[in-house]
Formats: sequence, C-alpha cells, structure tokens
Amino acid sequence: MKRRELLGRGAAIAGGATIAGGLAVASASSAPAQAVDAPPVGAETIEFHGTHQAGIEGEPQANQTLVSFDLTGNPEPDDIHRLLSLLTDDAQRLTSGRAPLADLEPELASTPARLTVTFGFGPGLVAAVVGEKNVPSWLGPLPAFKQIDRLQENWSDGDLLLQVAGDDPISVAHAVHLLVRDTRAFAKVRWSQVGFRQGLGVHPPGTTMRNLFGQVDGTVNPEPQTPDFAEVVWRPDHSTTMVIRRIAMNLDTWEKADRTGREFAVGRRLRDGSPLTGTAENDVPDLAATDAQGFTVIGPAAHIRRAKTGDPTQRFLRRAYNYDLGPGNADAVGLIFTAFQADIAHQFVPVQQRLAQSDGLNEWTTPIGSAVFWIPAGVRPGEIVGAALFEPLG
Amino acid sequence: MIRRLLPVLFASLFVVSACGSKDFEEHGQAHPIAIADAWVKATDMDMSAAFGVLSNSGDKDVKVTGVTTTITDTAELHETVNGKMNMVKEFTIPAGGSLALEPGGKHLMLLNLTKPIKPGDKIDFKLTFADDSEFEFSATAKDFTGADENYKQGETAGH
Repeated sequence: MKRRELLGRGAAIAGGATIAGGLAVASASSAPAQAVDAPPVGAETIEFHGTHQAGIEGEPQANQTLVSFDLTGNPEPDDIHRLLSLLTDDAQRLTSGRAPLADLEPELASTPARLTVTFGFGPGLVAAVVGEKNVPSWLGPLPAFKQIDRLQENWSDGDLLLQVAGDDPISVAHAVHLLVRDTRAFAKVRWSQVGFRQGLGVHPPGTTMRNLFGQVDGTVNPEPQTPDFAEVVWRPDHSTTMVIRRIAMNLDTWEKADRTGREFAVGRRLRDGSPLTGTAENDVPDLAATDAQGFTVIGPAAHIRRAKTGDPTQRFLRRAYNYDLGPGNADAVGLIFTAFQADIAHQFVPVQQRLAQSDGLNEWTTPIGSAVFWIPAGVRPGEIVGAALFEPLG
Repeated sequence: MIRRLLPVLFASLFVVSACGSKDFEEHGQAHPIAIADAWVKATDMDMSAAFGVLSNSGDKDVKVTGVTTTITDTAELHETVNGKMNMVKEFTIPAGGSLALEPGGKHLMLLNLTKPIKPGDKIDFKLTFADDSEFEFSATAKDFTGADENYKQGETAGH
C-alpha cells in the first residue's frame, strides 16, 4: 500500500495546474474523476512519472492487456515524436484518473484502480528515430529455441508495445481503446494479448499467482525496492528490457498426469509451491538431496533444477499473466510469460536455452509467441516517453 | 542509449501554453481566463474544429467575440444545435464559471484549411474578447472520427 496514492490528492494537484480557484467545470473531455464517490479500489493510482516506468516494480494488477504495433508509412523522427507525445499525455491522464483529450466516455477513466501504462520500443521504432545502424544488437527476436518453439507471427515481435495493467478490467479496456485510437495515424495493431491474475482481494496481498495448471507461478522473484531488484532489472540509464513469451498450455494432456507426476515435473508441490525438499514456498530447494534409492528428490528434468544456472546473476523478474480465449479456440489456454532484465543475452537467454534442452514441463507447454522490447527510462513531467532517443549527442 | 541530434523537436515538447488565471496580469492578459484540455480534430480535409474548457476566475462575465489561428485565415465561433451548425457572434464565459467547447455544442470552427492537421500537431489560437483584448493558447491535434456534423462537402453553405 505504501506506493499507492489516493486519487483525491492527485486530482487536486492536476486540477490546480490547469484550472484556477476551484471552478466548477462541466465538460465531456475534461471531467475530473469523482474522487469523493469512487470506492477505494477504483480511486487508487500509481504515479506515472518517475525514474523508472511504472508497471514493472510492485505488485502486478489483476488485469493486463499487451498491444504490439507495426509502424506504418516509413515514419520520420518527427512522426514518432508526435505519436509518443500523444500517448504520453494519454497515459499520464488515464493513470491519474483523468480522461484523455477527446474522450467521450470520461466516466470510464474515473476509476483507474492502479492503472499503469508501460511503453516498449521494438527495433523498428528505434530505427525510425536514430537509424537502423544504431539499433542495439540485442533488440530483436531471441535466438531460436528449436526444441520447443512453435512461434506464430501473429503473436510475435512488433515496433511498439503498450502494457496496460489495472485492477479494473473496464478501465483497462477503456485505456487500451483510447491509446490505440491515438496510434491509428501512425501504426496498426500487430497483436494483442489479454491476461489476468488472481482477482484483487481474493488472496492476501503478496500471494504468488497460480497459473491455469494450478501451479504456484512466480516464486523467488527479486524483491521490489531492493538493491537486488535494481541489479537484476534496471540498466544504468534506468531503462530495462522485456521478453514476452506466449506459452500455450495443454490442459487435456495435463489431465493425464497425476499429482505426483505434475509435482515431479516442476520440483515443487502443487499445494503450496514448496520445493519437494522443503516445507514452505520460499525454502531454498536442495538440488543435491537424494531419496532412499539414491535418486535426487528434485529430478534431473525438474523445471526448478533446469531453470537455475551456475551463475547467480542469470536471473530476471517474472511478471506473468494467464490467458484464456474461451473453450473452442486454438491454443485456448496458457501463460503470457513476461520477463524484465537488464541484459537479455546474459540473464535470460542462457536460462531459456537450458529449459529448451530439458524441462519436465515441455511435455505440456508450447511457446507460440515471442517478442523483445526495450523499455525506456521513466518519464519526467513535461517530457515524453523515450525522450532520450531524441536527445542530441552530448 | 543511442542518441542523435534533433534539436527541432524540442520546440514541440511543451503541450499547453495557456496561462493560469493568477498570473494572467503578468502575461499581459486583460481577463483571468484559462483553458484546459484544448484539442483540435486532426484532418486532411479543409475543415476542422477546436475544443476545450474555458474558465473565468474573475467576477465579471467575459465575452469571446472572435478567434484566429495560424493554420487558416478562416476561423469562426460556431454552435451546433440539433445537429446543425451555426456561426455565432459571441460566447460568454460566465464570471466564476466555465464554458465547455465540445463536439455537438459550441466550438471553434476552422475553414478553408490548405494543409492537413496531423495528429499530435500543436496548433496556436488567439481568442479576441469584447474589449479587443486577446488570449492565446495551443491545442493538440487528436485523431477523432466524431465532431463532423455538417462537415461533409455540400453542407457547408450558410456558414
């Protein structure tokens, strides 16, 4: 709760900046959020401005939509600047519970419920501003993981990413609608992925999410607001990198595995996520422990054994969401796996390579989408997201 | 991160240039008028309109009698009533109150545009008040499919 700010204060500050003297203002496009009437969850906001972008460090919200765009029409740097200027303005308004310009449904913006809008740039957008030859080599598709990947173009890649997350699915949908509207002249939607975690208040705060296999998913993540988190996630310029993997989960074949087999595949108990060598979720797994027959308790292909390399710096922040397209759809159920790390090649790729070679879960899971984005530094008031791209050489 | 010299872009970094009412005198304004949420409809046609919320923190009504803009020589005060647009002589911003310029209501009409208004452009406007004093502001161009009542060709006669 400590990072949250009640809307009333934010709205008062915002109102004071533009309208003097407590004037009554009635307008579809400018109605301030009704802080008095909004219930506590709806009124909660997460500050948009800051050193780092919001939507990464902190407890993930219940709902999230990712939208990836392809730029259209060979944009010039000035076009990108106009696009990012519009989207930055929209984002700062929406996340503080204020309607964006030209919003004819301002009521839907009045309950942000911890709404965050996080921007990611793909190689196409960076190239459009600074030129193809200045795009860093890591900003592009991951190396192929031939053993497991069944990637589809319509779930992969993109020039621009919006991560819109919040505890109210309606305000998330509204925010996505208005943000996409402001991209129309510059880009077209390449893919979107709608995801969800446990509903707000369903479990005590801080409870690790369960995925749709029933597994506790996300144990041993870096702790927010710690030096360890900063080391793992942030780059020196306060940016980070984001890997998105859409992983289809086969519930039909999963059903054929009994509970013992399911737990052996991961190395953790389904009941509470505890390692098979421990009793609580956060116990450190004993990868060397053996049973009476001399076999390791946590098997050779157990997910938690394979996901651990010998190098403790090869870790990343996981911020996964479940997806469910509804029965009858292809690859209907799965995980929108999202990882943030300072250095993809050093931190993420070696772990993914180990898991591609061997992971008990691979029998039931299939990566069908993959994308990499640069997440620029946080936005200072008066600036646009990605301002560093437009700065002159020092 | 990679950087490049693009000094021109800095000129458009700042969004709204409208003055707050408390410092209006320092800015040479005759009336304590401010505007919030100013926007203009992006278009590649020859007409558009601008919107926003004008507020008046003074104790006297202020009448807007004209509008000019850098984007065209023909800008007018309009009001849509029952789906039909009419040019009007003045708008009143009530003392201690506000006046909403919005799609389907009062707005600033732009005619005879000779170049597109692109989304994200900042368009400068100047309002004239009854005493010939002026108020300047900048509006952000937004992609918006509404606000086109009577904008279609052939229906503009009578403006």
